[in-house]
Amino acid sequence: MSIAPEIRYRFMKDIGAPLVMGMAGLKGKRKAAIKRDIPLGPPLKCSKRLKEIMTRHYFLSRYAEGARPVAWVTSGAPVELLRAFDFYTVYPENHGALCGAQKLGPELCSIAEGHGYNQDLCSYARIDIGVCLSGKTPVGRLPRPDILFASNNICQTVMYWYRVLAHHWKIPLMVFDTPFNFVSLDRSAITYMVRQFEEMIPELERISGRKFSEKKFKEVLRLGKSSAMAWGEVLATMKTVPSPMTIFDAFVHLAPIVSLRGLPVTLEYYNVLLSELKDRVSKGIGAIVNERKRLMWDNIAIWYKIRDFSRLFAERGMNFVTATYTNAWAETISYMDERNPMESLAKAYSLVILNNNLDHRLKLMERLIKEYQVDGLVIHSARSCKPYSVGQYDLKRLLMERLAVPSVVIEADITDFRAYSEEQTTTRLEAFFENIEDGG
Amino acid sequence: MKGWVIGIDVGSLTTDAVIMDEDKRVLSFSIVDTGYNSTDAAREAMTVAAGRAGLELEDVSRLVATGYGRAAVPEANKRVTEIACHAAGAVYLFPDTEMVIDIGGQDSKVIKVGKDGRVQDFVMNDKCAAGTGRFLEVMSAKLKIPLDGMGDISISARGEAAISSVCTVFAESEVVSLVARNCPKEEIVKGIHRSVVNRVWAMTRQLRVSGGVTMTGGVAKNRGVVALMEERVGRRINVPDEPQIVGALGAALFALREK
Ligand code: SF4
Repeated sequence: MSIAPEIRYRFMKDIGAPLVMGMAGLKGKRKAAIKRDIPLGPPLKCSKRLKEIMTRHYFLSRYAEGARPVAWVTSGAPVELLRAFDFYTVYPENHGALCGAQKLGPELCSIAEGHGYNQDLCSYARIDIGVCLSGKTPVGRLPRPDILFASNNICQTVMYWYRVLAHHWKIPLMVFDTPFNFVSLDRSAITYMVRQFEEMIPELERISGRKFSEKKFKEVLRLGKSSAMAWGEVLATMKTVPSPMTIFDAFVHLAPIVSLRGLPVTLEYYNVLLSELKDRVSKGIGAIVNERKRLMWDNIAIWYKIRDFSRLFAERGMNFVTATYTNAWAETISYMDERNPMESLAKAYSLVILNNNLDHRLKLMERLIKEYQVDGLVIHSARSCKPYSVGQYDLKRLLMERLAVPSVVIEADITDFRAYSEEQTTTRLEAFFENIEDGG
Repeated sequence: MKGWVIGIDVGSLTTDAVIMDEDKRVLSFSIVDTGYNSTDAAREAMTVAAGRAGLELEDVSRLVATGYGRAAVPEANKRVTEIACHAAGAVYLFPDTEMVIDIGGQDSKVIKVGKDGRVQDFVMNDKCAAGTGRFLEVMSAKLKIPLDGMGDISISARGEAAISSVCTVFAESEVVSLVARNCPKEEIVKGIHRSVVNRVWAMTRQLRVSGGVTMTGGVAKNRGVVALMEERVGRRINVPDEPQIVGALGAALFALREK
C-alpha cells in the first residue's frame, strides 16, 4: 500500500470529515424546521447526529481506497470477521435504500436494465449494478473494492449479483454459505460454517496485508453484540403507549447497525438515541400526536414512500410500533459471544429471519403483536425481495385466525416505484382503515 | 318525500347511482359511462337516477361515494371504499353472503364478510389484467364476439380449449393460434372463461370461506363465468339482477347508516 492514500485518508478523517459532518447537521436542522407536520410529534434530536455519522461514512469511503482494504458486503454477512482486519466496508443494500429514499431507483435500475438485467431482479442489485456501470451515485463516489463478501443467509440473489460485481471489478468474492434452517441447527451445519471462517482467515490476511488479531476480533464481537442489544432496547421503547418513535424513524435509524456494525460509533449512537427515547417515555411524548391504533409492518421499507406514509398514517392516529424488518438486527446478532467467537458467529448469522423457516416467522410475528399491543398489520409484498415476500398470505391468514389481527397486503417495491401504484395502494389501505376502525 | 339518499360508484368504465329511501328500499338506479370526466359522469348518473325516481337532486339528504373515482364527487358527505360497499350491498341482497366475488373492469376482489355485512378480510388483484373484465374485453375484441354475448356462447360449448397462460398478452396469442387451427369459437370462449375463473379461484382459496357466495361486478352477468365458478366452489352462487350497481347500493346503505 503506498503512503499517499494513507495520508490523504488520515487527513480527511481528522479534518475533512468533521467539516462535512457539521454541514450535514446544519442542512438537517434547516429542513426539520420547515418540514414538520401537525400530526407528528417533535422530531428526534438524534437525527442530526445520525445524519452526520452516515455522511461521514460515505464521505470517508471515497478516501479509503488505497489507504484501507475495502470490502463491499451484503447486509447479512458476518462483517465482524472483516473488521478484525480493519476493512472499510460499503453496503450496497444500504446505498440502494439511500438511492430509493431519494427516488433514484428507476433511473439507476434502468441503467442495469439497459445492459440486459431483467426487471424481475431485486432492485438493490439493479441499482448497484447501475451504479457500477455508470459511476452515478448521490454520495459522490463509492470506493473500488478489494474484495466482495457475501452470505446467502438473506437470499440467493446476492450470490449472482456479487458474481457480477466480482467479474466487473475483477476481484475475489468470498462467500459465507449458511444452510437453511428448516427445523433446527444441527452440529454438522455449525461445523461446516466454522470451517468456512477458518478458511477465510488466511485469505483475508493475504488480501488486507494485515495479520489476524484474535484480540481485535473479540473486541469487535463484543461491540457488535452490545450495539445489537442497544438497538433491541431502542426498539423496545416502542412498547410504550404512546410510542416515542415510529417505525419510519426506525427504518432510518437502522443504518448504523446495518452498515457500521461492530464499530464503537454505532454503540455510542444507540446509547444516545436510547436515552433520548427513554426521556420521551418518561415525559409521555409520543412520535405521533394522537396515537389511537398501533400497527406492525412486515418486510423491507418502501423507501420512496417513507415520508408520505408517515404522514398518511399519523393523520389517522395510527402508529407503526414494530416491524419484522427492524427487529432482524436485534434478534440474532446478540447471540454473538466473544468466549466462543466462531460458533456464536455462525449461529448469529444463520438463524436470521430470512434463513429461517416460516413457522419461526409466524411465532416471531405473534410475539411482536402481543408484546407491542398491535391492532393491525400492514404487509408489504416487495417485488424485489422474493424470500421475504413468500408465505405472506399464509402468515396473514394464520395471524387472523390465531390473534384476530386485521391485515392488508400492499404490492410495491423497495426502491423501484415503477412497481407501485398510488391509486391501488390507497384503496387497499383505506379498506384496511375502515376495517380497523370498525373493530373498535 | 324526505330522507332519501344516494350511493354513487365511480368506476373505471361505468358510474352507477342508486337512490334509496329511509326504509332501505331502492327507488331507482342508473348506469352511465364514466368517460373522461368522472365528476361530470357522477352528476349525470345522479341526475338520471333522480329523474327516474321523480325526485329533485337538491333534496337528497346524504350522499356517499365509492369506487376509484370517489374523490371526484365533491358533493359527497362521505367516501367509502368499494370493498366495504360491495360487502354491504351483497349482504343486503343476499343475507346468507359470506364471500363476495367482485370481478370488475380493471380489478377483481374477493371479500370475506361477517353476518353484519362488515368486511373481515379481502384479497385483490389489481396489478394484472388476468382475472378481470379487461381480459374478457380483449378476448371479445379478438374473437369479434360482443362482450355480453360471450356467456351464452360458452354455455353451448361441448368441449373446451385449453388456455394455459395467465398473462393477457400471451393468452391473446394463444387465442390467435386456436382460431388459426379452426378450434370452435364456443370452445375457445369457454377456455377463456376458465382462465378468468381459475385466476379468481386462487384468490378465493386464500380466504377459506364455507358459506354463501355472491358475485358482483359486470362480469357476474356472464353466465359462462358464473357456471364455471359454481363448479369450482361447489355450490350455487348468488347473482344479483343488476350486479353492476352493488357498489352504489352499498354506498347508499352507508349513507343511511350515517344519517
Ligand atoms: S432485498 Fe431481498 S432479494 Fe434483494 S438483496 Fe435483499 S434479501 Fe436479497
